[in-house]
Amino acid sequence: MAEQVSPSRQATAAARPNLFQRWLERKREAAEGTDYLTSLPKRFVYVYLPVLLFLFILLFPFYWMGLTSIKPDSELIDLESHNPWWVVNPTLAHFNRLLFETDYPTWMWNTMLVAFSATFLSIVASVMAAYAIVRIRYSGSNWVGGLIFLAYLVPPSILFIPLAIIVFDYGLFDSPLALILTYPTILIPFSTWLLMGYFKSIPYELEECALIDGASRLQILAKIVLPLSIPGIISAGIFAFTLCWNEFIYALTFISSSENKTVPVAVLSELIDGDIYHWGALMAGALLGSVPVALVYSFFVEHYVSSMTGAVKE
Amino acid sequence: MATIAERSEVTAPAAWHWTRVRNNRNFLGFWFMLPAAAFLLLFLTYPLGLGIWLSFTDTRIGRAGVFIGLENFVWLADDPVFWLSVFNTFLYTIVASVIKFALGFYLAILLNNHMPFKAFIRAIVLLPFIVPTVLSAIAFWWIYDTQFSIISWSLTKLGLITENINFLGEPNNARASVIFANIWRGIPFVAITLLAGLQTIPASLYEAATIDGASRWQMFRHITYPMLTPIIAVVMTFSVLFTFTDFQLIYAMTRGGPINATHLMATLSFQRAILGGNLGEGAAISTAMIPFLLGAIMFSWFGLQKRKWQQGEADD
Repeated sequence: MAEQVSPSRQATAAARPNLFQRWLERKREAAEGTDYLTSLPKRFVYVYLPVLLFLFILLFPFYWMGLTSIKPDSELIDLESHNPWWVVNPTLAHFNRLLFETDYPTWMWNTMLVAFSATFLSIVASVMAAYAIVRIRYSGSNWVGGLIFLAYLVPPSILFIPLAIIVFDYGLFDSPLALILTYPTILIPFSTWLLMGYFKSIPYELEECALIDGASRLQILAKIVLPLSIPGIISAGIFAFTLCWNEFIYALTFISSSENKTVPVAVLSELIDGDIYHWGALMAGALLGSVPVALVYSFFVEHYVSSMTGAVKE
Repeated sequence: MATIAERSEVTAPAAWHWTRVRNNRNFLGFWFMLPAAAFLLLFLTYPLGLGIWLSFTDTRIGRAGVFIGLENFVWLADDPVFWLSVFNTFLYTIVASVIKFALGFYLAILLNNHMPFKAFIRAIVLLPFIVPTVLSAIAFWWIYDTQFSIISWSLTKLGLITENINFLGEPNNARASVIFANIWRGIPFVAITLLAGLQTIPASLYEAATIDGASRWQMFRHITYPMLTPIIAVVMTFSVLFTFTDFQLIYAMTRGGPINATHLMATLSFQRAILGGNLGEGAAISTAMIPFLLGAIMFSWFGLQKRKWQQGEADD
């Protein structure tokens, strides 16, 4: 595409020595497809302006969360003497209160423990299941693959009542183990489905060679398939981790004592005493609770997006 | 493959039979499936069945129930709060899904353009979807505060309103507010997944259309939309499913209030079963959601089927 139009483009660029226009030309060379057909003002109105508007609305709650968490209480309830869109005397008092006067660090630890354990268990189970469905191809493996996709569509909000009874009967009530064992039901269907796609892309020949050399199935899985599907495993792990961090209804139902709660549940139930809303501390709690997932996400954006879209595209 | 492995073991006749069993696909498959199957059967399939059974009993917290047939459902059929929650659920799902789809698709098309900081913008667009729903719902709760809402403040300063908007205290305002928060959270998912779909459409189609003099709308209507329908079907099934069964957002912002105006079926079943102790009745409300979920799954299934003929050999 770009090659076809570039000769005439270079001619016009040479005719106009203006550096800015040359820069624009180069930008257009880099642009994809038929983008060069639209002029800059038109692009501004039709593309950049709407994108900026979207970004403003999508990011505003985070700005507001951050701003509220560093505003002193006096500024929070006084909208007249200062402009509420900004902060005059920033303070860390809310963070201080949150970290040293509440159980917040414990809640963080609980969430971390549950998220890591559930993710680990799910990934191990999913790798084995996906490998068996795609490569061992036992009788009925196609059916099992379909059933696993269906399991992905069963929402926690219709399972929490019977699960609460099961959790209680097994003596797991109010223990992190209840969450560690139930979260994989949300994670396994999704990660198995994703890993099946990855395993399908690994050439059969590699496995055949290993089989001829006398490797067992477990050896093949550990030494050939796993190293080749690390990107897929990271993607599934990242997505599973954020899902765990986000989970709410099971944590709300199965956990009752404050010291066992996860961050989303604890922020909502423990930071509000009576009718007094400590908005500063609430926002600080919400912000801190979002940091781990945001960090993980920022390091693995590509993996995350590929797992999210992969699950849909397969 | 299995025969090759067997032949290599022929030199050891005593171990031959055991090797044959060990290399049997079904035997191996069973052991590889065991961990995943154990989780899914114990904590997904079993509770699903137990939930349906519970809906036919009068189980309460701390007391095993007895079979009472359809009594829970008959009771719910006469309960105006239940029907209100059904109405709210459909309103919430339909309005939020339609707007999420329209704005998400629009954002996907916008992001598919070439622009400065493209990768960075695409990454931060997804933030509302990453951040735990409850935590962003709390932020919305504060944005919607009756006294200190920043929206009310800004609109007052702009001279558009004279008194604060009662976002979560008045039934229709509350519905609109929670729907807005749900749309806010759902747009990034729709946009980013559809963007991935948009990137698979060959640019040559648009070039050909441009040469033929097609307008932007014609290109959208006759290239983009038909090429994307399979992905749209799947994305929207997920979106509808998760909106229909939403719990967190409502629970965090309104707990179903004011006067049950924002109760969804999921929040009502939580209220009746866990807070009220009527596990049987709560389970009946959950069970009433299943037919709709089946409908959505069927829709997704046909969406996937369609994909095969549309993309032909490109699909494996």
